[in-house]
Amino acid sequence: MLVFLARIWASVVLAMRAVSRNKLRAGLTTLGIMIGVAAVVTVTALASGARESVTAQVSALGSNALMVFPRSARTSGARDSTMGSRLSEQDAKALVRESTSIALAAPFLRSSVVAVYEGQNSLPSVIGTKLDYFAVRNWKPRSGELWTHNAEATGEKVCLIGVETARELFGTEDPIGRRVRIGRFFFQVLGVLEEKGQSPFGQSQDAIVVMPIDTMRSTITRTRPGEVHALMLSATSAETSARAQKQAIEILRFAHRIEEGGEDDFVVRSQAEFQALQQKIFGALTLLLIGIAAVSLVVGGIGVMNIMLVSVAERTREIGIRMAIGAREADILVQFLVESVVLSTIGGVAGTLLGYGAVAGFTTALGWSMRIEASTLALALGTSTTIGVAFGFLPARQAARLDPIQALGRE
Amino acid sequence: MAEPLIELREVSKDYVSEAAIVRALRRVDLVVERGDFVAIIGQSGSGKSTMMNIIGCLDRPSTGRYVLDGIDVTERSNDARAIVRNRLIGFIFQGFNLLARTTALENVELPLVYRGVGGGERRRRALAALEQVGLADRIHHTPNQLSGGQQQRVAIARALVTNPPLLLADEPTGNLDTRTSLEVLELLQRLNRSGITIALVTHEHDIAACAKRLVRMRDGAIQIDVRQEPTDAAAALAALPSREAEEKRA
Repeated sequence: MLVFLARIWASVVLAMRAVSRNKLRAGLTTLGIMIGVAAVVTVTALASGARESVTAQVSALGSNALMVFPRSARTSGARDSTMGSRLSEQDAKALVRESTSIALAAPFLRSSVVAVYEGQNSLPSVIGTKLDYFAVRNWKPRSGELWTHNAEATGEKVCLIGVETARELFGTEDPIGRRVRIGRFFFQVLGVLEEKGQSPFGQSQDAIVVMPIDTMRSTITRTRPGEVHALMLSATSAETSARAQKQAIEILRFAHRIEEGGEDDFVVRSQAEFQALQQKIFGALTLLLIGIAAVSLVVGGIGVMNIMLVSVAERTREIGIRMAIGAREADILVQFLVESVVLSTIGGVAGTLLGYGAVAGFTTALGWSMRIEASTLALALGTSTTIGVAFGFLPARQAARLDPIQALGRE
Repeated sequence: MAEPLIELREVSKDYVSEAAIVRALRRVDLVVERGDFVAIIGQSGSGKSTMMNIIGCLDRPSTGRYVLDGIDVTERSNDARAIVRNRLIGFIFQGFNLLARTTALENVELPLVYRGVGGGERRRRALAALEQVGLADRIHHTPNQLSGGQQQRVAIARALVTNPPLLLADEPTGNLDTRTSLEVLELLQRLNRSGITIALVTHEHDIAACAKRLVRMRDGAIQIDVRQEPTDAAAALAALPSREAEEKRA
C-alpha cells in the first residue's frame, strides 16, 4: 500500500514537472475546465442562496400573507397600477367582515419621494397604510413606537422609517422626535423599524418610510377618497391561505359588481405564488448555468484529451525508454492518467477561484444573496478530477499499449 | 563449462505485412554462458537487431524457445516481460536514450522507481552506480549539459543500477569518436571482469575485437561463431596519442 502511494506521488511530481514545461499550453488547455468549474461553483452558490432567501422571506412575511392589486380590465399593453384602480378602503373592510379565513386586511398607498433632513437626501419607498399593516408584515419598531389609532384617524404628520433611511438622513444621530421633510411637508419620526435586509431580487426593504394612510393621501399621493393602491391581507393560518384567496376573489367580485363571466379587475397573489415565481427565475438561471457548465466541461475535457494525445505522441521515445527499463503497462497508464488529472485539477482550482470571484461580483453588484458552501469545493474538485480521468483515459491507454520496439524507434 | 544465461532454441521471427513475409530470424540457436562477452556483428538486415530485441525481451519469437537466467520467457505476458527487463537486463542504446530535462541522478534512479525501491535507497544506489562509471561529480547535470561519452556513461550507470546479470548494448559507440568509444569499451570490459555478462551489437570490427566471442549474422542466421582473444581497450587507449598532443597537432 505504501509502495503504491509512493508510486502515485512520484507520478504526481512527474506530471507536474511535465505540465510546467509547457505552461502556456497547459493554461489554454485548462481554460474550458476552468470556465465549467466556475459555472458549477456559481450555480451551487446561487441555488443555496436562493433556498436561503426564500426561507428568510417566509419567516419575514409569513406564508399566510396575501396581496391584492388592481388590474385594469380589458386593457392591453402596459398596465398602470394607479389607472383604473378600483381598490378601496371599503374593500379591505368587506374582506375582513365577510371572509371566515382572512384575519387582517391593510390597505396601502405607495410612492417614492425624496426625504430631506438638514441637507441630507434620501429616496425611500413611502407607504401610507393602517396599523394592521405592521401586524400582517410582522414589522416591529426597533426603537420608538408605532403611531396611535388617534393619529391614524386624524391624519397626523407622523412616520416610521427603515434603518437605511435613518442612516442616510441622520447618520449616527437618533431620529426619534426629529422632523423630516418628505415631499413638501414635514413629518415627525416616531420610530425606526427593525432591519429586514434585501428582498431576494435586491430591493432594499430598509429604505422605507411608513405613515398613516390619510396623512399620505393629504400630503403626498392625492387620490379619490378611500382609493388605495393595494391591499395586504393575512389568512387566519398558513393552512387557510388558499381558502382565503378564493374567498377574497368572491367578496371583491361582489363588491365590484362584476357579473358572472366578467373579468376580475383585481389580482390576488399569495406568498406561495411569489415564491413560485422567484423559484422559477432562479430555476431558469440555474439551468442556464448548468448548460454553460456542461458544455464547457465537455469542451474542456476534449481539450485535455487532445493535448494528452499530443503529449503521448511527443513522448513516444520516452515511453519506449521507460518500457525498456521495466515500466509495466499500468505504470505508463498511471503516469499519463495522473498528468491528465493534474491538468484538469489545475483548471478546477482556477475555476473555483473564478467562481468565488463571480459569486462575490454577483453579490455586491446585483445584491443577490448567494452562498458558497464547503461542499462546493469538493464538488468542483471532484468534477475536474472526473473529467481528467474520463478524458485522459484514452490517451493514457494508447501510451500504455505502445510497442516498446516501435516506441524506441528501432527496426 | 559455466551455466548458460541466454538460451535461444530454434528461434525464428517472421514479420508479416501485406506485401510480403520477412523472415528476420531463421531457426537460430545461441547459448551464452554467464560471464561471457559476446559481440554480434552483421550488416543491416542481417537479423542482429531482431535477435537483440528478442534477447532483450522487447519482442517475442514467432517460433522456438527463449530461456533467460533459467526462466522460459517465450510466452510471458507484457507485464511479466517488463519485470524481467527490469530485474535481469540492463540496456545501453546507441542514442543513449536518456530522458531529456532530467538529471543524471534521476535518469539512473528510474529503473529502481519501477521496481518500487524507496527514495533514500534509490538515491544511494544511483550514486553508487554513477560513481562506478566515474560521473560522481555530474549527478545534477541534465543530458544536454553532458558530452556524448558522459551521456553514454550515465546510460551505463542506469543499466547497472539494478545489478542485472546481463548488459545488452546496441551500437553503444555508434555516436562516439574513437577515444570516447575506447573509454566506453574499457568500462564494459572492466564490468565484464567483475562478472556481468555482456552482449554487444555493432558493425565496427575494432569494437567487436574487444569481445571474447564473435557472432556474425547473415540473412537471419548465425554465419560465424568463434571465440577470440579480446583487444584490451585500456591498452588501446594508452596507445593513442595524448589529448594534448592531438590538440597541438590540430
